[in-house]
Amino acid sequence: MSEFPGQSSVREPLKIARNWGASHTGAHHWWLQRLTAVALIPLTLWFLFFAASLVQLDYAAVLAAIGQSLHAFALILLTVCLYWHGMLGLDVIIGDYVHTRWLEVTLQIALRFGAFLGALATTLAVLAIWFARLH
Amino acid sequence: MHNPRPISPHLGIYRWRINMVQSSLHRLTGLLLSAGAVVFTWGLIAAASGPHGWQLFAEFSGSAIGLVVWFAWIWALLFHLCNGIQHLLHSLAWDYGQQAMRDRTKNPSYWTTGWVVVGVSTVLTVLVWVLLVIRLTGGAA
Repeated sequence: MSEFPGQSSVREPLKIARNWGASHTGAHHWWLQRLTAVALIPLTLWFLFFAASLVQLDYAAVLAAIGQSLHAFALILLTVCLYWHGMLGLDVIIGDYVHTRWLEVTLQIALRFGAFLGALATTLAVLAIWFARLH
Repeated sequence: MHNPRPISPHLGIYRWRINMVQSSLHRLTGLLLSAGAVVFTWGLIAAASGPHGWQLFAEFSGSAIGLVVWFAWIWALLFHLCNGIQHLLHSLAWDYGQQAMRDRTKNPSYWTTGWVVVGVSTVLTVLVWVLLVIRLTGGAA
């Protein structure tokens, strides 16, 4: 065995590297990560001030603020982008640091279910408050 | 499972530069913000569930642990936001690429913009912290 795995035989190192080649889904992941990032710039800045405006309000005032159509719409957009972007980021972190295969796959599955359930539950909560305001 | 791919030398041999700090903090703040997403979801479900649920969430937010979470969340958000904007600009090949990477006679320009990211995010964080403290103590901010 030589010092580097790619040089352990007469095969070209590049030939060996190519066998480990791309999974062909990287560009899609890259693009969605940046798309959600751009959307999150205005959404999170708005949320920062929206959340600060709720400080020390009573329950009825909080419901009124969340239930305003524009606010509810922005909260749902934020939810979808936040969970999607977070899922893509945690996906990379798991891929980089978890080297035990069964654990990696388990975490990836849990991450996808968790992100979907989190986004769905948050969206339903906002919709429930919004519909209650309409009546 | 043995993976025979080549690995890079140990992290410890490199001198720490601002872009390495940024990269580490981007991941750390990303993890914090993912945890923050769970708190965000809890807050909205609490609001939808009724006054008792909201009261539990409001009490947590006002507690010592809750305040630490919120102040940390503000820093994590603003650092990740500013650093993310630099990432997006790099994705558009601004301040990053052949010229920035290969001119060995001077420091890469993204070291300078890296310090700008750290500076701007720190100033914004302190600003929002101050505004929040004023609001928490009953001011009009």
